Amino acid sequence: MPIEIPKDKWPGSIKTVTIGATSTEGGTRAKSISVGGQASMPYLHYEAPMPNKPVIAIEIKSRKPDDWSPLLVEAWGEAMAEPAQWAKKAEEAGADIIVVALTLADSPEDAVRVVKSVLSATGLPLIVWGPGQVEKDNELLVPVSEATNGEKIVLGICEDKNYRTIVATAMANGHLVQARTPMDVNLSKQLNILISDMGMPKDRILMDPTTGALGYGIEYGYSVMERLRLAALQGDAMTQLPMIVTPGYEAWKTKESKIGEGVPEGWGDWKARAINWETLTAIALVESGADIVVLRHPESVKRVKAAIEELVTI
Amino acid sequence: MALAGIQIYKLLPQTNCKECGFPTCLAFAMKLAAKQVELSACPYVSDASKKQLAESAAPPIRLITLKAGSDVKAGNEVVMFRHEKSFYNKTGLFIRVKASDPELAKKVTAADAYKVNYVGMDFSIDGFAIEADGDLTAAVKTIRTVSKRPLILMTKDAALLDSSLSLLAGESALIYTADASNYEPLADLAKKYKAALVVKADSLDALADLTKNIQAKGLEDMVLDLGGRNMGEWLARSTQVRKLAIKSNLRALGYPVIAFPCDAKDEGVAAAQAIAKYAGFVVLSEFKPELLYPLLVLRENIYTDPQKPIQVQPGIYEINSPKPESPVLVTTNFSITYFSVANEVEGSGLPAWLVVTDAEGMSVLTAWAAGKFDAERIAKAIQTFDVASKVSKKRIVLPGHVAVLSGELEEELPDWEIRVGPREAVDLPAFMKQALN
Ligand code: B12
Ligand code: SF4
Repeated sequence: MPIEIPKDKWPGSIKTVTIGATSTEGGTRAKSISVGGQASMPYLHYEAPMPNKPVIAIEIKSRKPDDWSPLLVEAWGEAMAEPAQWAKKAEEAGADIIVVALTLADSPEDAVRVVKSVLSATGLPLIVWGPGQVEKDNELLVPVSEATNGEKIVLGICEDKNYRTIVATAMANGHLVQARTPMDVNLSKQLNILISDMGMPKDRILMDPTTGALGYGIEYGYSVMERLRLAALQGDAMTQLPMIVTPGYEAWKTKESKIGEGVPEGWGDWKARAINWETLTAIALVESGADIVVLRHPESVKRVKAAIEELVTI
Repeated sequence: MALAGIQIYKLLPQTNCKECGFPTCLAFAMKLAAKQVELSACPYVSDASKKQLAESAAPPIRLITLKAGSDVKAGNEVVMFRHEKSFYNKTGLFIRVKASDPELAKKVTAADAYKVNYVGMDFSIDGFAIEADGDLTAAVKTIRTVSKRPLILMTKDAALLDSSLSLLAGESALIYTADASNYEPLADLAKKYKAALVVKADSLDALADLTKNIQAKGLEDMVLDLGGRNMGEWLARSTQVRKLAIKSNLRALGYPVIAFPCDAKDEGVAAAQAIAKYAGFVVLSEFKPELLYPLLVLRENIYTDPQKPIQVQPGIYEINSPKPESPVLVTTNFSITYFSVANEVEGSGLPAWLVVTDAEGMSVLTAWAAGKFDAERIAKAIQTFDVASKVSKKRIVLPGHVAVLSGELEEELPDWEIRVGPREAVDLPAFMKQALN
């Protein structure tokens, strides 16, 4: 009996956003990366083709973090002390994009030096995050933005309390921004409106709906992402942006990943469990519509990349 | 799919005889649609109409219950996305074992005993799938000496199934697998032993033909194996089946789905997809706690009712038999928050009073941002639970994330000392040892 497969025909689609500029585009990247462009719920190729697949960004810090899990320290080794080396290793591990996370200890000069060293160490597009404190973010991100004019870097993280300065400098220097709101469809829309009202073109905004790790609130992030994607497909222009999420940061904050000893026996082998925690968090988010997942462990990168490959192969 | 009042009206006698207690058949039909009356109140409904009405009242995805010492349910789902209502019957996680394995009893014992706690709930595996690469009946006997959990019997051999199922009296097992070539004897066996039957075909068209043939033989309890070359193909099929059942009310595919991540390139990743995307049963290759635990947590998260965060009762909780001089810790009544804190303190062996405020089931920062965890509420909790009468040292420890509340709380509770604890619960034991003496 031939079955008629029900297909949704959506009026809306996601904007395509391109990160990084090659020499012909005014930057120095070996290639640029495009995300977005979908016109269906994730991986339903029979409804609409998927022009760009989700990509993986690896997060590195401007200086060696002292609070990262020993398993991450074991994975990256000496390279963690030198952002350029770390970025190279991340590229070898399969990153499509490098996230450089600046810290409170950085001066504006440090920040510019680190970002430039990473730009020359790899040909990948960059995302640069401030330390997450309004004044310090602005103090570091403005000089970084100016010193990298034309590279089409993503600057972040814009939140409702500090987006103006970051958006202004990103606009002036040809960059993009990452807009984060706490797991709420309306808050996402609102921030996107505020940012585009400043004159930022929509194809230079990435939406970060915030996520939680497995066991620590992932269900909220998962559903908000599905709702944002549905709203976008139904034609709501202010949600038609690709989504970036940070499962690496969230998963490696949990006790399940950080701690090897004195935990319940039922948790099993520490290393395998910790990597599963990050990988499975990321997979759930990939299923709910993530376009960029920011990860930390090379093994998770390999696994999530292979899964995305299977999901886009028809 | 439920019928509207007017559709039901067309199936009624339309004589308005009033015997049902309503003035017209239409009025009765409206009450039926709203599920406020029983069809039996009308003595004149034809058998054909009765059948049609019963069919339309059946859930779009049939509920399948595997029974043994414990039950595992799948099906009865009503939405595509969890935010639309909720997902109900949690994916059953089965561990695959081999009949030929000399260590079978040992492996099953270990997996059967597995128990892990997540925010106050104990999770375990749901059952075993036995591969008939050796003596299946002997394996079933062995397993039943060490585990009472439901079984999936993996063989197409009808005689072997017959002898194995006969050992499982009073249970409902799952038979794997029927296809176009062998469904007749297997369907008969499933009926005879009240088992459910997995059906498998290369396409959804073929799968629907198969289930219809089996329905015609009088078997309704089926489970679908969707096959698929890779994760992408499986996801497409699983989505299509769910949508056909829920939106198009296609009875032929209105059954739960079984997935075999054990055969995938990356078992954990495939299992995570299966749990998120509609599998009713998942078969894993072996018992590995480091994968099982994250999968059980993912399953819990996906199947949590999105309308109600999991909460604990506000109150004062005694940890490790606190004494009057023990510290008072304050937190919220979101389950994840409460258990993160309670488990750390309990594990450290240090006594403490844990005051759980009514923050409407929100985490520390969420509740703080939403105005549900402020100095006033904390002070009120301290008073309501009469904490002062239990302690000799009036000292409160706040979560590090809400250090900003300490000033206001000092004003609310002038005779208490307010201390700011660490941000993460993991650091609480060290803080209690070093800073609270
Ligand atoms: C899941 C989540 C939600 C869920 C709610 C989940 C729930 N039931 O609480 C939803 C989506 C509904 C939500 C909503 C909102 N959220 Co929210 N949410 C989160 C998220 C992702 C995770 C929170 C979580 O569950 N953490 C896990 C629990 C266990 O953490 P915890 O309670 O803090 O407990 C830890 C510690 O505090 C410590 N601890 C706890 N108790 C104690 C006690 C003592 C004595 C000590 C020492 C330590 C200690 O131990 C625990 C483990 O280490 C966070 C961001 C993130 N990734 O962390 C944002 C976050 C908390 N949310 C935020 C906001 C702003 C909101 C909203 C106000 C947004 C809005 N305007 O609508 C709403 C408010 C809700 C409402 N109005 O109804 C902000 C808060 C910002 C701030 N710093 O103030 C955050 C940080 C996101 C962000 N970066 O902006 N949120
Ligand atoms: S009893 Fe049946 S036939 Fe009579 S009014 Fe009620 S619904 Fe109509």
